[in-house]
Amino acid sequence: MSETKKFLYVNRKAPYGTIYALESLEVVLIGAAFEQDVSMAFLDDGVFQLTKGQNTEAIGVKNFSPTFRALGDYEVTKLYVEMESLEERGLGPDDLQEITYEDEDDDWEEKPSIRIVSRTEMADIMADQDVVLSF
Amino acid sequence: MKLGVVVSEGPYTHQAADTAYHFVKAALDKGHEVPRVFFYHDGVNVSTRLSVPPQDERHIQQNWTALAQEKGIDLVVCIAAAQRRGLLDENEAKRQGKDSNNIAEGFRISGLGQLIEMGIQTDRLVMFGD
Repeated sequence: MSETKKFLYVNRKAPYGTIYALESLEVVLIGAAFEQDVSMAFLDDGVFQLTKGQNTEAIGVKNFSPTFRALGDYEVTKLYVEMESLEERGLGPDDLQEITYEDEDDDWEEKPSIRIVSRTEMADIMADQDVVLSF
Repeated sequence: MKLGVVVSEGPYTHQAADTAYHFVKAALDKGHEVPRVFFYHDGVNVSTRLSVPPQDERHIQQNWTALAQEKGIDLVVCIAAAQRRGLLDENEAKRQGKDSNNIAEGFRISGLGQLIEMGIQTDRLVMFGD
């Protein structure tokens, strides 16, 4: 499989309450082995997936938010977060956990994976993809 | 056109598995190819052969099995999602020390790699879910 396609994983749902966010992340991690051009999008309640300081102890569900910080090791380095979705929920970029990757093309410099984009930019990102998986 | 299809909601609760079925039939009738359908999230529940809906209702699993066998479609059930929800084939049941298995004919359990591979190998990926 030499062909490389642009894959976008769209995350629209809160991290807990339903299993979509967790099972989406599982696809991303498995999919990384296929060496495609992978991006992730976070919009609507999906922006809550990246918030820092998550504590799930009281609901008895595994807190999988630390896994997002490992994405860089899987060469998943483009996490697009929609600004309007953050604002509509009273959130800002500072409420999100820090997620970085080491840029092999730039002397392994550590760079942020999260890119805040506008709704219009998000539409362009989606239009640019070959495969969009929506969760 | 070569189409990949994902079903990501459970049968009867949600229309996704029905709509995907009608979509696949219509696409095949139009001359398109559907080499594989991937079942994920609660969509994996379509694959149980123990479902017994009332006789005057459609049988979603049997519809899929019949279509797959007639048209040669690869129905793949995500193993991780299936295990969470108690769906096991004979091998997995043995491996997990369970006393039974419940995957219907025409379906096979495999990994998420099959979903990615489908995305790479088809012209369009169509998801049915919420």
